[in-house]
Amino acid sequence: MSKKLLLKNDHIEGIHTLPIYRANGGYSVLEKALKTMSPEAILEEVKTSGLRGRGGAGFPTGLKWSFLAKPEGVPRYLVCNADESEPGTLKDRYLMERHPHILIEGMIVSSFALGAKTSYIYIRGEYFYIARILEIAIKEAYEAGFLGKNIQGSGYDLDLYVQVGAGAYICGEETALLESLEGKRGNPRIKPPFPAIAGLYGCPTVVNNVETIAAVVPILEMGGAEYAKIGTEKSTGTKLISASGHINKPGVYEIELGIPVEEFIYSEEYCGGISGGKKLKAVVAGGSSVPILPAELILKTSAGEPRMMSYESLGDGGFLTGTMLGSGGFIVMDEDTSIVKNLYTFARFYHHESCGQCSPCREGTGWMEKILLKILDGRGDMKDIDLLWDIQSKIEGKTICPLGEAAAWPVAAAIRHFRSEFEEYIQYPEKIRDIKHYYRLQETATA
Amino acid sequence: MTTTEIQFDSETLALVNNMMKRYPEGKHKSALIPVLHIAQAEFGGWLSVPTMDYVASVMNLKPIEVYEVASFYSMFNMHPVGKCLIEVCRTSSCWLRGAEDVIDHIEKRLNIRVGETSADGMFTLKAVECLGSCGTAPMMQVGADYHENLTIEKVDTLLEKFKDENKQSRYC
Ligand SMILES: Cc1cc2nc3c(=O)[nH]c(=O)nc-3n(C[C@H](O)[C@H](O)[C@H](O)COP(=O)(O)O)c2cc1C
Ligand code: FES
Repeated sequence: MSKKLLLKNDHIEGIHTLPIYRANGGYSVLEKALKTMSPEAILEEVKTSGLRGRGGAGFPTGLKWSFLAKPEGVPRYLVCNADESEPGTLKDRYLMERHPHILIEGMIVSSFALGAKTSYIYIRGEYFYIARILEIAIKEAYEAGFLGKNIQGSGYDLDLYVQVGAGAYICGEETALLESLEGKRGNPRIKPPFPAIAGLYGCPTVVNNVETIAAVVPILEMGGAEYAKIGTEKSTGTKLISASGHINKPGVYEIELGIPVEEFIYSEEYCGGISGGKKLKAVVAGGSSVPILPAELILKTSAGEPRMMSYESLGDGGFLTGTMLGSGGFIVMDEDTSIVKNLYTFARFYHHESCGQCSPCREGTGWMEKILLKILDGRGDMKDIDLLWDIQSKIEGKTICPLGEAAAWPVAAAIRHFRSEFEEYIQYPEKIRDIKHYYRLQETATA
Repeated sequence: MTTTEIQFDSETLALVNNMMKRYPEGKHKSALIPVLHIAQAEFGGWLSVPTMDYVASVMNLKPIEVYEVASFYSMFNMHPVGKCLIEVCRTSSCWLRGAEDVIDHIEKRLNIRVGETSADGMFTLKAVECLGSCGTAPMMQVGADYHENLTIEKVDTLLEKFKDENKQSRYC
């Protein structure tokens, strides 16, 4: 039986409305927290739960909260990162669309724990219709006395706003997000200072992913210690996985962390196997930024152990033979997939999304895209593979924000595990014609 | 379009002024992106220089502060677009499930290429990056609406429907 915490009421019609959310136990955590718990006690529960940030980096949430500076007379902010733009990731959209109140309840108790009086949900502009859903839910929460002044007679005041972005992957990076929220271009800031010291408007700020904030609700409901019993020692709780690509049942699944990857791909409960009965070729397990793994390494570690859906098991073997859980964007590719062309779609994406501040990323992403296009156009040279490797290695670690790494890692991993496919395209350009829409690439190359 | 036409009506202006109050004293610039969305929707689906200058004056910002933000974000159109802006996702998960077939088909049906606007000014076709609909790929966004699990038949039905609708802005 699967364990569901965030999506446990997914089957209930109308759960996005406040009355039905409440009738199913909603906002009881808020009442308990604001009336019977101190901010410190909430922080302790979150620490005990072992919750790790669900936005991609997996940083322990309790620890992040404990870094928040609390100078007298300076406002503090909680900002929810709903920018969700990492290719392959759609879980925050799913959660906000169907369960807006669990996010709002999480925002209220988390803001209370952090001492924030104003909080923002920064949502990507393309999710405009979801911003509307959130705004309606927030209005309901104000009317029920869960937001505004003196919430439920606790003496605590909170205002919550939804802020829409306007199309920029980089605004998911927390400091770029804060710049954007201040009405500027989304150029990431140099750290330190970290947002916990100087974030929104120069004030101490916590930025957390949608799913992280929503998870605070079940954590306070069951207690941090109980939550920590779910999953594995290092990957506690449940995680929303966005499953896409060549599978029978794409969609969003809540899994208990630590289930076998094989079960996730092949069981009827989750992805339901590879579509058309084909064989599995490769998986990008945690959103476009994480290293791609060939079938044999995603199903089993290099030591031959079954690979599990957890931070530590997906990471086993480092980048040589492992990958990362990342944002949980699980992209599955069947045996007929061109890894080089898939990589090209990623390279084009990162080039498009680089903010342009740092030369290694601004120039390197475009260069990698061009080389991949050259190879796919049948004009590749064996030296191009080494050049790609060289460029990615010179982006990694040399940029203000991790978009550089996000662009470099997929290139490195594709070459590491699928070098022969690059070589084949270069040696036998006629093979490229087997890729569907080969002519589109040719056109792009000449354009 | 002449400058004189660029003016929010009193209701929109009140909305804009209210938006600026969501932020702490002196931080009203935070409202710039939401206000640009409104301006784009109100003034022809794109941000002309007079439109941006108008936003600057309403928000008491320097024009350059508006230009530099408008040009950064992909949802702001810096050139005119057709009445119906069709944006098809082309990134990995959508590509794996046939986004290129969808793009090809729309190009043929509308007789335009990606990036172009149809001669009657009705349709603009764009190929865009992941819109968070990878689990229901292939997909396209038209105006504010997501159209998912696309098939060629579904695309045809939608194109027919769009002929009578204005879907210029995603901020409707
Ligand atoms: C280029 C880039 C894009 C990112 N996009 C997102 C995003 O869309 N959503 C998100 O929650 N975190 C994103 N992150 C991670 C954030 O910087 C940040 O670590 C996260 O919001 C922290 O929340 P968490 O600790 O709850 O995971 C991105 C990071 C980078 C470098
Ligand atoms: S890849 Fe197309 S919506 Fe994500």
